[in-house]
Amino acid sequence: MDIKRNYYEDIELFKSNTILVWSILFLIFLGILPWLIQKYHLLGMSIYIVNLITIHAIVAIGLNILVGYTGQISMGHAGFFALGAFTTVILILRWSFPLWVALPIAGFVSSAFGFILGLPALRLKGPYLAIATLGFGMTITTIIKHMEFFGGRMGLQAPRLYLFGTPMKDIHYYYVIMIIAVLMTIGAVKLIKTRVGRAFIAIRDSDIAAEAMGVNLTYYKTLAFAVSAFYTGIAGGLYAFILGFINPESFHLIMSITFLAMVVIGGLGSIMGSIAGAALMTFLDIKLQAIQDIPAIGPALVTFSQKYMSISGISNVAVIVYGLIMILIVLFEPLGIFGFWIRTKRYWKTWPF
Amino acid sequence: MFGQLIVSGLAVGACYALLAIAMVIIYKTSEVLNFAQGEMAMVSTFVAFTMLDAYHVPFPWAAALTFLFAIFLGIFFEIVFLRQAKDPTVIGLIIITLGFEMVLMGFAGWKWGPDQRSFPFPISNIETYNIGGLLISKINFWTILITLVLMFILFLFFRYTKLGIAMRATQQNQLAARVMGIRTKWILSFTWAISSIVGAVAGMLIAALGVLDPPMMMDPLLKGFASGVLGGMTSLPGTAVGGAMLGIIENLFGGYVSLAFKSVVAFIIIILMLCIRPSGLLARHYVKKV
Repeated sequence: MDIKRNYYEDIELFKSNTILVWSILFLIFLGILPWLIQKYHLLGMSIYIVNLITIHAIVAIGLNILVGYTGQISMGHAGFFALGAFTTVILILRWSFPLWVALPIAGFVSSAFGFILGLPALRLKGPYLAIATLGFGMTITTIIKHMEFFGGRMGLQAPRLYLFGTPMKDIHYYYVIMIIAVLMTIGAVKLIKTRVGRAFIAIRDSDIAAEAMGVNLTYYKTLAFAVSAFYTGIAGGLYAFILGFINPESFHLIMSITFLAMVVIGGLGSIMGSIAGAALMTFLDIKLQAIQDIPAIGPALVTFSQKYMSISGISNVAVIVYGLIMILIVLFEPLGIFGFWIRTKRYWKTWPF
Repeated sequence: MFGQLIVSGLAVGACYALLAIAMVIIYKTSEVLNFAQGEMAMVSTFVAFTMLDAYHVPFPWAAALTFLFAIFLGIFFEIVFLRQAKDPTVIGLIIITLGFEMVLMGFAGWKWGPDQRSFPFPISNIETYNIGGLLISKINFWTILITLVLMFILFLFFRYTKLGIAMRATQQNQLAARVMGIRTKWILSFTWAISSIVGAVAGMLIAALGVLDPPMMMDPLLKGFASGVLGGMTSLPGTAVGGAMLGIIENLFGGYVSLAFKSVVAFIIIILMLCIRPSGLLARHYVKKV
């Protein structure tokens, strides 16, 4: 029943009518999501949080192409994110480019830097690559911080954008971001299924074997970095407008770690997993930042903090929870949320047995 | 000016070297790149600070108790988290240490708050020695001295004690070491304990040179990695030389070229080094067979 008779069947986006119907239903759901949120306030969500989740999902997909599919670790993605954000804002502020031109340019600037980072990555493996990418990310943010052109330490105010003469609000951004995100997700799914994606996966499984099979390592490794940086750059550009204000201090090491955590928690080598991971981590992050407002747990934590800890640092509980989730996922569910999903699916398929 | 920069660079470099040595000890034994090293050192330093500041324990006792705590912390992490990972990948191991880093950082931020404090180190960081016309602040002098002594002790330990030799054997070939009757699991825990102590010394020195607050080890940790890369991540003497070089180069760059871009130097050195000579300054190059 699942036999594929030719190559084109494998790269088809919708394998069956059921999937097609569900995809359309999901798109409709995304379309009316802002209305649902405004009406019912599900889980205390706001459009701002959904926007943030979507942006993080784009980053997570980009990073997953690099880490999950190509097997190259990167701890410098906050650098690409910053590049995207600053390029977009500067293009619009200084030379008043429209958003739909500035955003792709930001993506390409970021992917050019991704290409540059990809060059040393050709010779490096595992831990060494982690150090090199980490250094790269830190260098970019340090340089941005110390150059007046980028607004220096103070950062930049994102310009106000107008849609048909009216200033854009969160809900308008929602549709812009969502359309971009859906397009980029489809792009990623397609990319993985084509020749390029297969080359990436071959490199992940064994780069020497891949080279022996005729995969050009130089080309595909740098391409993986460039594509990943492109996704992250675009997401960075959108992020600048969601926040309304960017300063280099916010693109620090913890941000890179968070991106990596999203990918690992969602599931390495799974696009849907990246989206789930981004959603879970962003949601947790925002909820746990104001942990004292959560019913039941919050007040207990406050009294505990007053007694044994410091009350000024109570938001750090979020960091602890974050770290624990990262460790536990690696220990008990190495495939992340995606692995959990596969297991549940299999369980129900063969249910009585 | 030049001499001063070199000496203060050497002092900072000594701290980097200690952190890097702590990481290299672990990396050699278990191939884990320990991103939590800095935070482990930071929490240990905070423990020392609490004993000194709140309970007025005399410094030698506080230091000894801190080392005990560091041993506990290292062994705890190894046994409770790392050992549980079933055939982990490189990325998986890195994520575990990153997770532990975040747990420790969150814990420190929660327990001690975000304020900056000064670490009550018994050596003043204002007074200076005058050695042959060169003004050396006492803290710099003692930092370099303590580091050298500690490195010498480590050298003796790895060269002449039975335990040290067992550790080196485990580093070379875990299976063969086990066949020879070495309890490699104990050795692993012990490696983490030693590395944690070395890290704690580095943490106290760094806090004494600067300030004590939860994110204080972020920067030194990265510099520690840079020193490790300079030394090739496998050679202890190489790492020590790498740390000293990095401290001096960075300080000279800060003094003569640009203070703002001082911290970028380390990363440029890392990337250049990894491109030109990935096996490091003093390490021998091993070719891995497929």
